[in-house]
Amino acid sequence: MNERRHNGGWVIAMSFVIAFMLTAMPLPEWAVNWRPAWVAMVLIYWCMALPQRIGIGVAWLLGLVLDVQQGTLLGQNALGLALLAFITIQTYQRVRVFPLKQQAIVVCVCLLLAQFINLWIRGIMGVPPQHWTFWTPAFTSMLLWPWLFIILRDLRRKHHVY
Amino acid sequence: MAIFKSPRRLENEGKRKSHFSFSDRQGWRKCRKCRSNFLPCLGKPGKGWSKPKTRGAAIKTLFLKSPSAGIRFLLFVAASLVLMTVDHRQHHLESVRSVLSVLVYPLQYLVNLPVAGGHWMSESLVTRGMLIDENAQLREERLLLNSKLQKFDVLEEENRRLRELLESSMQLRERVLIAELLAVELEPFRRQVVINKGRREGAYHGQPVVDANGVMGQVIHVGPFSSTVLLITDPSHALPVQLNRNGLRAIAVGTGQDNALLLEHLPTNADIQKGDLVVTSGLGHRFPRGYPVGIVSGITLDPGEPFAKVEVTPSAHMEQSREVLLLWPHDLGDTLRDEGVASNP
Repeated sequence: MNERRHNGGWVIAMSFVIAFMLTAMPLPEWAVNWRPAWVAMVLIYWCMALPQRIGIGVAWLLGLVLDVQQGTLLGQNALGLALLAFITIQTYQRVRVFPLKQQAIVVCVCLLLAQFINLWIRGIMGVPPQHWTFWTPAFTSMLLWPWLFIILRDLRRKHHVY
Repeated sequence: MAIFKSPRRLENEGKRKSHFSFSDRQGWRKCRKCRSNFLPCLGKPGKGWSKPKTRGAAIKTLFLKSPSAGIRFLLFVAASLVLMTVDHRQHHLESVRSVLSVLVYPLQYLVNLPVAGGHWMSESLVTRGMLIDENAQLREERLLLNSKLQKFDVLEEENRRLRELLESSMQLRERVLIAELLAVELEPFRRQVVINKGRREGAYHGQPVVDANGVMGQVIHVGPFSSTVLLITDPSHALPVQLNRNGLRAIAVGTGQDNALLLEHLPTNADIQKGDLVVTSGLGHRFPRGYPVGIVSGITLDPGEPFAKVEVTPSAHMEQSREVLLLWPHDLGDTLRDEGVASNP
Protein backbone atom coordinates (compact mmCIF):
# COMPACT_ATOMS: atom_id res chain seq x y z
CA MET A 1 0.00 0.00 0.00
CA ASN A 2 2.90 2.29 0.65
CA GLU A 3 3.95 2.45 -2.96
CA ARG A 4 0.42 3.27 -4.05
CA ARG A 5 -0.64 6.87 -3.71
CA HIS A 6 -4.08 7.75 -2.48
CA ASN A 7 -6.48 9.21 -4.95
CA GLY A 8 -9.64 11.27 -4.82
CA GLY A 9 -9.35 12.67 -1.34
CA TRP A 10 -11.56 15.56 -2.31
CA VAL A 11 -14.49 13.20 -2.86
CA ILE A 12 -14.20 11.98 0.71
CA ALA A 13 -13.82 15.53 2.03
CA MET A 14 -16.82 16.79 0.06
CA SER A 15 -18.99 13.90 1.21
CA PHE A 16 -18.20 14.79 4.81
CA VAL A 17 -18.81 18.51 4.20
CA ILE A 18 -22.23 17.72 2.77
CA ALA A 19 -22.95 15.38 5.68
CA PHE A 20 -22.10 18.18 8.13
CA MET A 21 -24.32 20.60 6.22
CA LEU A 22 -27.22 18.15 6.24
CA THR A 23 -26.74 17.80 9.98
CA ALA A 24 -27.09 21.55 10.46
CA MET A 25 -29.90 22.01 7.95
CA PRO A 26 -33.04 23.41 9.56
CA LEU A 27 -35.96 20.98 9.46
CA PRO A 28 -39.61 21.42 10.39
CA GLU A 29 -40.35 20.89 14.05
CA TRP A 30 -41.84 17.39 13.68
CA ALA A 31 -38.90 16.12 11.63
CA VAL A 32 -36.08 17.37 13.83
CA ASN A 33 -35.82 14.22 15.90
CA TRP A 34 -35.99 12.00 12.81
CA ARG A 35 -32.88 13.48 11.24
CA PRO A 36 -30.57 10.62 10.17
CA ALA A 37 -27.05 10.52 11.57
CA TRP A 38 -25.48 11.72 8.34
CA VAL A 39 -21.88 12.07 9.47
CA ALA A 40 -21.92 8.67 11.16
CA MET A 41 -23.36 7.00 8.04
CA VAL A 42 -20.82 8.55 5.69
CA LEU A 43 -18.06 7.63 8.12
CA ILE A 44 -19.23 4.00 8.26
CA TYR A 45 -19.26 3.87 4.46
CA TRP A 46 -15.72 5.17 4.05
CA CYS A 47 -14.41 3.00 6.87
CA MET A 48 -15.92 0.00 5.14
CA ALA A 49 -14.70 0.92 1.67
CA LEU A 50 -11.26 2.31 2.49
CA PRO A 51 -10.26 0.99 5.91
CA GLN A 52 -6.60 1.69 5.17
CA ARG A 53 -7.40 5.34 4.73
CA ILE A 54 -10.26 6.36 7.01
CA GLY A 55 -9.71 5.03 10.47
CA ILE A 56 -10.34 5.69 14.10
CA GLY A 57 -8.18 8.83 14.20
CA VAL A 58 -10.08 10.52 11.38
CA ALA A 59 -13.36 9.50 12.99
CA TRP A 60 -12.31 11.02 16.29
CA LEU A 61 -11.34 14.34 14.73
CA LEU A 62 -14.61 14.46 12.78
CA GLY A 63 -16.40 13.80 16.05
CA LEU A 64 -14.69 16.80 17.63
CA VAL A 65 -15.84 19.03 14.76
CA LEU A 66 -19.34 17.61 15.14
CA ASP A 67 -19.23 18.40 18.86
CA VAL A 68 -18.36 22.01 18.14
CA GLN A 69 -21.06 22.24 15.49
CA GLN A 70 -23.72 20.69 17.68
CA GLY A 71 -22.72 22.46 20.86
CA THR A 72 -22.31 19.22 22.79
CA LEU A 73 -19.63 18.35 25.29
CA LEU A 74 -16.24 18.22 23.58
CA GLY A 75 -15.55 14.52 23.04
CA GLN A 76 -19.11 13.24 23.23
CA ASN A 77 -19.65 12.65 19.52
CA ALA A 78 -15.92 11.98 19.10
CA LEU A 79 -16.26 8.93 21.33
CA GLY A 80 -19.33 7.72 19.45
CA LEU A 81 -17.74 8.09 16.01
CA ALA A 82 -14.49 6.47 17.15
CA LEU A 83 -16.54 3.51 18.38
CA LEU A 84 -18.36 3.29 15.04
CA ALA A 85 -15.06 3.38 13.13
CA PHE A 86 -13.60 0.72 15.40
CA ILE A 87 -16.57 -1.64 14.93
CA THR A 88 -16.58 -1.07 11.18
CA ILE A 89 -12.85 -1.71 10.83
CA GLN A 90 -13.16 -4.90 12.87
CA THR A 91 -16.02 -6.24 10.76
CA TYR A 92 -15.73 -4.67 7.31
CA GLN A 93 -14.67 -7.90 5.57
CA ARG A 94 -17.94 -9.49 6.56
CA VAL A 95 -20.27 -6.50 6.29
CA ARG A 96 -18.92 -5.46 2.89
CA VAL A 97 -20.34 -8.55 1.23
CA PHE A 98 -23.69 -8.54 3.00
CA PRO A 99 -26.77 -7.74 0.95
CA LEU A 100 -27.83 -4.12 1.37
CA LYS A 101 -30.77 -4.85 3.64
CA GLN A 102 -28.60 -6.83 6.01
CA GLN A 103 -25.97 -4.08 5.91
CA ALA A 104 -28.64 -1.58 6.86
CA ILE A 105 -29.52 -3.64 9.92
CA VAL A 106 -25.87 -3.84 10.95
CA VAL A 107 -25.55 -0.07 10.54
CA CYS A 108 -28.68 0.42 12.64
CA VAL A 109 -27.30 -1.74 15.43
CA CYS A 110 -23.96 0.12 15.38
CA LEU A 111 -25.73 3.47 15.53
CA LEU A 112 -27.90 2.31 18.40
CA LEU A 113 -24.74 1.30 20.26
CA ALA A 114 -23.23 4.75 19.66
CA GLN A 115 -26.49 6.37 20.79
CA PHE A 116 -26.37 4.27 23.92
CA ILE A 117 -22.91 5.62 24.77
CA ASN A 118 -24.29 9.09 24.08
CA LEU A 119 -27.19 8.42 26.43
CA TRP A 120 -24.78 7.41 29.16
CA ILE A 121 -22.78 10.59 28.80
CA ARG A 122 -25.91 12.72 28.91
CA GLY A 123 -27.12 10.83 31.94
CA ILE A 124 -23.83 11.38 33.74
CA MET A 125 -24.04 15.09 32.90
CA GLY A 126 -27.55 15.22 34.31
CA VAL A 127 -29.43 16.12 31.13
CA PRO A 128 -30.90 12.82 29.92
CA PRO A 129 -33.17 13.14 26.87
CA GLN A 130 -36.81 13.16 27.91
CA HIS A 131 -38.30 11.45 24.90
CA TRP A 132 -38.16 8.12 23.10
CA THR A 133 -37.43 9.95 19.81
CA PHE A 134 -33.81 10.01 21.02
CA TRP A 135 -33.41 6.61 19.32
CA THR A 136 -35.09 7.43 16.01
CA PRO A 137 -32.00 8.66 14.09
CA ALA A 138 -30.68 5.08 14.04
CA PHE A 139 -33.85 3.83 12.35
CA THR A 140 -34.09 6.62 9.79
CA SER A 141 -30.43 5.98 9.02
CA MET A 142 -31.22 2.32 8.52
CA LEU A 143 -33.91 3.17 5.98
CA LEU A 144 -31.61 5.55 4.11
CA TRP A 145 -28.51 3.36 4.19
CA PRO A 146 -29.05 1.46 0.89
CA TRP A 147 -29.41 4.70 -1.06
CA LEU A 148 -26.46 6.34 0.62
CA PHE A 149 -24.36 3.24 0.04
CA ILE A 150 -25.19 3.12 -3.67
CA ILE A 151 -24.58 6.84 -4.18
CA LEU A 152 -21.25 6.81 -2.39
CA ARG A 153 -20.17 3.60 -4.13
CA ASP A 154 -20.90 5.06 -7.53
CA LEU A 155 -19.06 8.25 -6.59
CA ARG A 156 -16.10 6.22 -5.39
CA ARG A 157 -15.98 4.18 -8.60
CA LYS A 158 -16.47 7.13 -10.89
CA HIS A 159 -13.73 9.20 -9.32
CA HIS A 160 -11.42 6.23 -8.60
CA VAL A 161 -11.11 6.86 -4.93
CA TYR A 162 -8.79 4.37 -3.26
CA MET B 1 -3.48 -24.08 -0.52
CA ALA B 2 -3.66 -27.33 1.27
CA ILE B 3 -0.32 -28.69 2.26
CA PHE B 4 -0.28 -32.27 3.33
CA LYS B 5 3.37 -33.11 3.34
CA SER B 6 6.45 -31.04 3.63
CA PRO B 7 8.59 -30.85 0.48
CA ARG B 8 11.57 -32.29 2.27
CA ARG B 9 9.70 -35.41 3.14
CA LEU B 10 8.45 -35.74 -0.39
CA GLU B 11 11.96 -35.52 -1.74
CA ASN B 12 13.14 -38.03 0.79
CA GLU B 13 10.51 -40.44 -0.40
CA GLY B 14 12.66 -40.78 -3.47
CA LYS B 15 11.40 -42.48 -6.55
CA ARG B 16 8.32 -40.52 -7.48
CA LYS B 17 8.25 -36.82 -7.19
CA SER B 18 5.41 -34.39 -7.22
CA HIS B 19 4.87 -32.00 -10.06
CA PHE B 20 5.28 -29.41 -7.39
CA SER B 21 8.57 -28.16 -6.32
CA PHE B 22 9.56 -25.80 -3.65
CA SER B 23 12.23 -23.20 -3.94
CA ASP B 24 13.09 -20.57 -1.43
CA ARG B 25 12.82 -17.81 -3.95
CA GLN B 26 9.56 -18.38 -5.68
CA GLY B 27 7.56 -20.36 -3.23
CA TRP B 28 5.28 -23.14 -4.38
CA ARG B 29 4.98 -23.81 -8.05
CA LYS B 30 1.95 -25.23 -9.65
CA CYS B 31 1.73 -28.33 -11.74
CA ARG B 32 1.06 -27.40 -15.36
CA LYS B 33 0.14 -30.90 -16.44
CA CYS B 34 -2.72 -31.62 -14.19
CA ARG B 35 -3.50 -28.03 -13.13
CA SER B 36 -3.65 -29.30 -9.66
CA ASN B 37 -3.09 -27.26 -6.62
CA PHE B 38 -2.81 -30.30 -4.46
CA LEU B 39 0.38 -31.84 -3.40
CA PRO B 40 -0.42 -35.53 -3.87
CA CYS B 41 -0.19 -35.00 -7.61
CA LEU B 42 2.74 -37.31 -8.14
CA GLY B 43 4.13 -37.61 -11.57
CA LYS B 44 7.24 -37.12 -13.57
CA PRO B 45 8.85 -33.77 -13.19
CA GLY B 46 8.05 -32.23 -16.55
CA LYS B 47 9.41 -29.19 -18.23
CA GLY B 48 6.55 -26.86 -17.56
CA TRP B 49 6.41 -25.25 -14.21
CA SER B 50 4.16 -22.31 -14.04
CA LYS B 51 4.83 -19.49 -11.70
CA PRO B 52 2.24 -19.01 -9.06
CA LYS B 53 0.11 -16.00 -9.78
CA THR B 54 0.99 -13.01 -7.68
CA ARG B 55 -1.90 -11.83 -5.68
CA GLY B 56 -3.24 -8.42 -6.62
CA ALA B 57 -3.12 -5.45 -4.37
CA ALA B 58 -6.91 -5.43 -4.17
CA ILE B 59 -6.85 -8.75 -2.43
CA LYS B 60 -4.16 -7.61 -0.08
CA THR B 61 -6.23 -4.70 1.13
CA LEU B 62 -8.99 -7.15 1.87
CA PHE B 63 -6.85 -8.64 4.56
CA LEU B 64 -5.34 -5.47 5.83
CA LYS B 65 -5.97 -5.16 9.47
CA SER B 66 -3.80 -3.10 11.65
CA PRO B 67 -3.12 -5.19 14.70
CA SER B 68 -3.19 -2.12 16.90
CA ALA B 69 -6.75 -1.04 16.07
CA GLY B 70 -7.94 -2.03 19.50
CA ILE B 71 -5.14 -0.19 21.24
CA ARG B 72 -5.71 2.90 19.11
CA PHE B 73 -9.40 2.76 19.88
CA LEU B 74 -8.72 2.56 23.60
CA LEU B 75 -6.36 5.55 23.31
CA PHE B 76 -9.02 7.63 21.61
CA VAL B 77 -11.63 6.55 24.15
CA ALA B 78 -9.33 7.71 26.91
CA ALA B 79 -8.71 10.98 25.09
CA SER B 80 -12.47 11.55 24.72
CA LEU B 81 -13.08 10.83 28.38
CA VAL B 82 -10.36 13.28 29.42
CA LEU B 83 -11.71 15.92 27.04
CA MET B 84 -15.27 15.51 28.28
CA THR B 85 -14.25 15.70 31.92
CA VAL B 86 -12.14 18.80 31.38
CA ASP B 87 -14.82 20.42 29.22
CA HIS B 88 -17.52 19.69 31.79
CA ARG B 89 -15.59 20.76 34.88
CA GLN B 90 -13.45 23.62 33.66
CA HIS B 91 -13.34 26.07 30.83
CA HIS B 92 -9.83 25.45 29.56
CA LEU B 93 -11.08 24.03 26.30
CA GLU B 94 -12.89 27.13 25.14
CA SER B 95 -9.89 28.02 22.98
CA VAL B 96 -9.98 24.62 21.26
CA ARG B 97 -13.68 25.02 20.66
CA SER B 98 -13.20 28.52 19.36
CA VAL B 99 -10.51 27.37 16.90
CA LEU B 100 -12.70 24.54 15.66
CA SER B 101 -15.66 26.88 15.35
CA VAL B 102 -13.72 28.75 12.65
CA LEU B 103 -13.83 25.48 10.70
CA VAL B 104 -17.52 25.03 11.35
CA TYR B 105 -18.62 28.60 10.68
CA PRO B 106 -18.35 28.40 6.86
CA LEU B 107 -20.56 25.32 6.92
CA GLN B 108 -23.13 27.08 9.07
CA TYR B 109 -22.91 30.13 6.85
CA LEU B 110 -23.56 27.96 3.78
CA VAL B 111 -26.53 26.27 5.42
CA ASN B 112 -27.92 29.66 6.45
CA LEU B 113 -27.46 31.09 2.97
CA PRO B 114 -30.70 29.82 1.34
CA VAL B 115 -32.74 31.01 4.31
CA ALA B 116 -31.06 34.42 4.31
CA GLY B 117 -31.49 34.56 0.53
CA GLY B 118 -35.18 33.80 0.89
CA HIS B 119 -35.58 36.59 3.40
CA TRP B 120 -33.68 39.00 1.19
CA MET B 121 -35.83 38.06 -1.80
CA SER B 122 -39.09 38.46 0.08
CA GLU B 123 -37.89 41.80 1.42
CA SER B 124 -36.80 43.18 -1.91
CA LEU B 125 -39.86 41.96 -3.79
CA VAL B 126 -42.58 43.47 -1.58
CA THR B 127 -44.97 45.85 -3.28
CA ARG B 128 -44.96 49.57 -2.80
CA GLY B 129 -48.38 49.42 -1.13
CA MET B 130 -47.12 47.00 1.48
CA LEU B 131 -44.11 49.20 2.16
CA ILE B 132 -46.34 52.23 2.63
CA ASP B 133 -48.57 50.30 5.02
CA GLU B 134 -45.62 49.06 6.98
CA ASN B 135 -44.16 52.55 7.09
CA ALA B 136 -47.38 53.99 8.46
CA GLN B 137 -47.54 51.26 11.08
CA LEU B 138 -43.95 51.87 12.13
CA ARG B 139 -44.58 55.62 12.37
CA GLU B 140 -47.54 55.01 14.65
CA GLU B 141 -45.52 52.62 16.79
CA ARG B 142 -42.68 55.11 17.03
CA LEU B 143 -45.03 57.87 18.15
CA LEU B 144 -46.44 55.66 20.88
CA LEU B 145 -42.99 54.57 22.04
CA ASN B 146 -41.72 58.14 22.03
CA SER B 147 -44.57 59.30 24.21
CA LYS B 148 -43.82 56.45 26.60
CA LEU B 149 -40.15 57.35 26.53
CA GLN B 150 -40.89 60.92 27.59
CA LYS B 151 -42.48 59.63 30.75
CA PHE B 152 -39.64 57.14 31.12
CA ASP B 153 -37.02 59.90 30.96
CA VAL B 154 -38.69 61.76 33.78
CA LEU B 155 -39.03 58.57 35.80
CA GLU B 156 -35.44 57.59 35.22
CA GLU B 157 -34.23 60.99 36.32
CA GLU B 158 -36.40 60.77 39.40
CA ASN B 159 -35.18 57.27 40.09
CA ARG B 160 -31.58 58.41 39.82
CA ARG B 161 -32.17 61.28 42.22
CA LEU B 162 -33.88 59.05 44.72
CA ARG B 163 -31.07 56.51 44.49
CA GLU B 164 -28.54 59.27 45.04
CA LEU B 165 -30.44 60.22 48.16
CA LEU B 166 -30.27 56.59 49.25
CA GLU B 167 -26.60 56.48 48.21
CA SER B 168 -27.06 53.31 46.21
CA SER B 169 -25.74 53.15 42.71
CA MET B 170 -27.51 51.33 39.97
CA GLN B 171 -27.34 52.03 36.31
CA LEU B 172 -29.91 50.91 33.87
CA ARG B 173 -28.28 51.92 30.64
CA GLU B 174 -26.37 49.24 28.80
CA ARG B 175 -24.59 48.93 25.54
CA VAL B 176 -26.45 46.70 23.13
CA LEU B 177 -25.64 45.13 19.79
CA ILE B 178 -28.05 43.53 17.39
CA ALA B 179 -27.13 40.01 16.33
CA GLU B 180 -28.84 37.74 13.87
CA LEU B 181 -29.67 34.11 14.44
CA LEU B 182 -28.17 31.65 11.98
CA ALA B 183 -30.69 29.18 10.65
CA VAL B 184 -28.70 26.13 11.69
CA GLU B 185 -29.69 23.37 14.01
CA LEU B 186 -27.78 22.12 16.97
CA GLU B 187 -28.47 18.89 18.74
CA PRO B 188 -32.12 18.23 19.53
CA PHE B 189 -33.10 17.96 23.21
CA ARG B 190 -31.10 21.08 24.03
CA ARG B 191 -32.20 24.66 23.51
CA GLN B 192 -29.35 26.45 21.86
CA VAL B 193 -29.02 28.87 18.97
CA VAL B 194 -26.10 30.25 16.97
CA ILE B 195 -25.74 34.00 16.42
CA ASN B 196 -23.53 35.76 13.92
CA LYS B 197 -21.56 37.86 16.40
CA GLY B 198 -18.44 36.61 18.09
CA ARG B 199 -15.27 37.69 19.78
CA ARG B 200 -14.56 40.21 17.03
CA GLU B 201 -17.59 42.18 18.16
CA GLY B 202 -16.71 41.76 21.82
CA ALA B 203 -19.09 38.97 22.79
CA TYR B 204 -17.98 37.12 25.90
CA HIS B 205 -18.79 33.94 27.80
CA GLY B 206 -21.87 34.43 29.98
CA GLN B 207 -23.14 37.49 28.15
CA PRO B 208 -26.90 38.08 28.47
CA VAL B 209 -28.97 37.91 25.31
CA VAL B 210 -32.45 39.43 25.05
CA ASP B 211 -34.96 39.99 22.30
CA ALA B 212 -37.52 42.76 21.98
CA ASN B 213 -39.85 41.15 24.51
CA GLY B 214 -37.71 39.57 27.17
CA VAL B 215 -34.67 37.60 28.24
CA MET B 216 -33.62 34.90 25.81
CA GLY B 217 -30.51 33.32 27.24
CA GLN B 218 -26.79 33.66 27.64
CA VAL B 219 -23.72 33.12 25.49
CA ILE B 220 -21.96 29.85 26.33
CA HIS B 221 -19.39 29.42 23.55
CA VAL B 222 -17.66 32.29 21.80
CA GLY B 223 -15.94 31.86 18.46
CA PRO B 224 -14.22 34.53 16.41
CA PHE B 225 -17.22 35.01 14.12
CA SER B 226 -20.13 33.34 15.84
CA SER B 227 -21.31 32.35 19.29
CA THR B 228 -23.65 29.79 20.77
CA VAL B 229 -26.46 30.99 23.02
CA LEU B 230 -28.03 28.76 25.66
CA LEU B 231 -31.72 29.66 25.89
CA ILE B 232 -33.42 30.03 29.27
CA THR B 233 -35.75 27.18 28.32
CA ASP B 234 -32.88 24.66 28.22
CA PRO B 235 -33.20 22.10 31.02
CA SER B 236 -29.70 22.94 32.27
CA HIS B 237 -30.37 26.69 32.55
CA ALA B 238 -31.43 28.40 35.75
CA LEU B 239 -32.11 32.11 36.08
CA PRO B 240 -32.47 34.17 39.27
CA VAL B 241 -35.76 36.07 39.02
CA GLN B 242 -38.21 38.01 41.13
CA LEU B 243 -41.88 38.88 40.85
CA ASN B 244 -42.39 42.41 39.65
CA ARG B 245 -45.40 42.89 41.94
CA ASN B 246 -43.84 42.12 45.30
CA GLY B 247 -40.17 41.35 44.74
CA LEU B 248 -40.49 37.67 45.71
CA ARG B 249 -37.30 35.96 44.62
CA ALA B 250 -37.14 32.61 42.89
CA ILE B 251 -35.14 30.56 40.42
CA ALA B 252 -36.59 29.97 36.95
CA VAL B 253 -35.34 26.73 35.41
CA GLY B 254 -35.91 25.60 31.85
CA THR B 255 -38.00 22.58 31.02
CA GLY B 256 -36.79 21.83 27.51
CA GLN B 257 -40.08 23.03 26.04
CA ASP B 258 -40.25 26.36 24.29
CA ASN B 259 -43.21 27.75 26.16
CA ALA B 260 -42.57 26.88 29.77
CA LEU B 261 -40.23 27.69 32.63
CA LEU B 262 -40.64 26.44 36.19
CA LEU B 263 -40.17 28.50 39.34
CA GLU B 264 -38.42 26.23 41.80
CA HIS B 265 -38.59 26.03 45.57
CA LEU B 266 -41.46 28.44 46.14
CA PRO B 267 -43.37 27.52 49.31
CA THR B 268 -47.03 26.67 48.91
CA ASN B 269 -48.05 29.78 50.83
CA ALA B 270 -46.01 32.18 48.67
CA ASP B 271 -47.81 35.29 47.47
CA ILE B 272 -48.02 34.54 43.79
CA GLN B 273 -50.88 34.88 41.32
CA LYS B 274 -51.60 33.89 37.79
CA GLY B 275 -50.59 36.73 35.46
CA ASP B 276 -47.74 38.04 37.63
CA LEU B 277 -44.84 39.46 35.66
CA VAL B 278 -41.51 37.74 36.37
CA VAL B 279 -38.37 39.83 35.86
CA THR B 280 -34.66 39.18 36.31
CA SER B 281 -33.37 39.95 39.78
CA GLY B 282 -29.74 40.48 38.82
CA LEU B 283 -28.58 38.34 41.74
CA GLY B 284 -26.57 35.92 39.67
CA HIS B 285 -24.37 38.76 38.36
CA ARG B 286 -24.94 37.57 34.82
CA PHE B 287 -28.19 39.25 33.84
CA PRO B 288 -28.91 42.89 34.60
CA ARG B 289 -31.96 43.30 36.80
CA GLY B 290 -35.35 44.35 35.59
CA TYR B 291 -35.63 42.55 32.27
CA PRO B 292 -38.94 40.73 31.75
CA VAL B 293 -38.63 36.95 31.79
CA GLY B 294 -42.25 35.79 31.54
CA ILE B 295 -45.76 35.72 32.90
CA VAL B 296 -46.95 33.26 35.54
CA SER B 297 -49.31 30.99 33.65
CA GLY B 298 -50.19 28.25 36.09
CA ILE B 299 -49.91 27.45 39.77
CA THR B 300 -50.43 23.94 41.08
CA LEU B 301 -50.75 23.64 44.84
CA ASP B 302 -50.44 20.04 45.91
CA PRO B 303 -50.81 19.67 49.68
CA GLY B 304 -48.57 16.64 49.61
CA GLU B 305 -45.70 18.54 48.07
CA PRO B 306 -43.43 20.89 50.03
CA PHE B 307 -43.22 23.38 47.15
CA ALA B 308 -45.72 24.90 44.76
CA LYS B 309 -45.40 24.12 41.08
CA VAL B 310 -45.37 27.44 39.27
CA GLU B 311 -45.24 27.60 35.50
CA VAL B 312 -44.06 30.68 33.64
CA THR B 313 -44.58 31.43 29.95
CA PRO B 314 -41.47 33.18 28.62
CA SER B 315 -41.98 36.66 27.20
CA ALA B 316 -39.24 36.32 24.63
CA HIS B 317 -40.31 34.76 21.36
CA MET B 318 -37.85 31.90 21.40
CA GLU B 319 -38.88 30.31 18.14
CA GLN B 320 -39.76 33.42 16.18
CA SER B 321 -37.11 36.07 16.72
CA ARG B 322 -34.54 36.43 14.02
CA GLU B 323 -32.79 39.33 15.66
CA VAL B 324 -31.57 39.34 19.23
CA LEU B 325 -29.76 41.91 21.36
CA LEU B 326 -26.43 41.27 23.02
CA LEU B 327 -26.11 43.25 26.26
CA TRP B 328 -23.06 44.70 27.93
CA PRO B 329 -24.40 45.53 31.39
CA HIS B 330 -22.50 48.43 32.96
CA ASP B 331 -22.95 47.54 36.55
CA LEU B 332 -21.20 44.26 35.94
CA GLY B 333 -17.92 46.02 35.34
CA ASP B 334 -15.98 43.63 37.53
CA THR B 335 -17.16 40.61 35.63
CA LEU B 336 -16.33 42.29 32.38
CA ARG B 337 -12.82 43.05 33.47
CA ASP B 338 -12.43 39.44 34.56
CA GLU B 339 -13.40 38.33 31.13
CA GLY B 340 -10.90 40.69 29.55
CA VAL B 341 -13.48 42.74 27.70
CA ALA B 342 -13.51 46.51 27.82
CA SER B 343 -16.51 47.67 29.79
CA ASN B 344 -16.78 50.98 28.00
CA PRO B 345 -18.44 50.98 24.63
